Amino acid sequence: MRKINAVKITKAVTELAKQANFFLRKDVLSALRRSYAAEKNSRAKKILKAVLDNAAYARKHKLAICQDTGLPVVFIEIGQDLLVRGDLRAAVNKGIEQGYKNYCLRDSIINDPLNRGKSGFSPCVMHTDIVKGDKIKLTLLPKGFGCENKSQLKMFKPTADIKEIKEFIVQAVKDAGPDACPPYVIGVGIGGTADYASIMAKKALLRKITSKSSKLERELLKLINKTGIGPMGLGGANTALAVHIQTYPTHIAGNPVSVNISCHALRGAWITL
Amino acid sequence: MLSGTIYTARDQAHKRLAGVLGSGRRLPIELKGAVIYYCGPTRAQKGRIIGSCGPTTSSRMDPFTPLLLANGLKAMIGKGARSKEVKEAVKKHKAVYFVTYAGCGALLSGYVKKSEVVAYADLGPEAILKLEVKDFPVIVAIDANGGSIYG
Repeated sequence: MRKINAVKITKAVTELAKQANFFLRKDVLSALRRSYAAEKNSRAKKILKAVLDNAAYARKHKLAICQDTGLPVVFIEIGQDLLVRGDLRAAVNKGIEQGYKNYCLRDSIINDPLNRGKSGFSPCVMHTDIVKGDKIKLTLLPKGFGCENKSQLKMFKPTADIKEIKEFIVQAVKDAGPDACPPYVIGVGIGGTADYASIMAKKALLRKITSKSSKLERELLKLINKTGIGPMGLGGANTALAVHIQTYPTHIAGNPVSVNISCHALRGAWITL
Repeated sequence: MLSGTIYTARDQAHKRLAGVLGSGRRLPIELKGAVIYYCGPTRAQKGRIIGSCGPTTSSRMDPFTPLLLANGLKAMIGKGARSKEVKEAVKKHKAVYFVTYAGCGALLSGYVKKSEVVAYADLGPEAILKLEVKDFPVIVAIDANGGSIYG
């Protein structure tokens, strides 16, 4: 059985914090460039230019792309034949804490959701999957709360048709309106249970924007861009860069649909050890 | 474009300011004629004035805004739409609501020339900062007549 020391995991996560927050994902950048080139509304074009300039400025000066460096969400895919020496969860949290502290990222986490109080750098949210093999893949998604606040979940009847589901997804984007930094990337989870649909919606944001989209995704993207919300909600053809859907088998009695919206600063970094 | 002094304040600072206004105690900043920026920046790296400092969602401050406007607040900078009550209060007190480039905190840090904590340091990223800005890019979203860019 392959072994890995938890110290290595901490070190890797520390670097992911920097990577994710300073350097915008390449696929997101190219999608933004495409939107900028295609946008006809002059104000929307100017805003998209500022978004691209911002990413370049962050890269050049090693600054956070957005001051909301998020609630760090770490996806862990761990091979069943890998043995971690030490405490895996503690190692990930230590990496987040070190990275966020060292690279001047924001301490946005409060320990007590009810009584609030002083904010700190951790804990992050972890989703762990056990997979085949003897490697570990760590993916950091710093999720800003301007857009996280616009998440929606609906438990549909099993007899609901696709039209109702499409309307719910488009309405979730309309409800977010100008508030959550459009152009958005829309993550959707359909099926499973309430919790699983929501994890799928979040995971869908990790998929490359440049990857092949389904017919339903293309239809939804068209409908969303027809709303005319546009960059910053000030009009234009670019309300969303992409719609990503993940599905899973579900129960005969229902159909959970979860929508997780990302702002245009869809950040992320990953490493396999 | 905006040049001059602005104060950062977001959720918890608003809650405290509103609490002080009801109690008769003295406010930690002069609200009369002030500009508030809904912003909680990242810490400044060595050699920089401020970290990333873009706007946060304005609507979360809506419950507190009419009270602040009634006590002299002149302008706000944020992102996104406001409530009907805020729109009416902006008109009543002849104030203005601006929006700035959302999700562009790195870029906006370049327009900040000075930064110091002036109140609620215990709130960390939510402390009130006094910023000197030069040519800070803004768009009028609600004008003194209550006209709104979001309709």
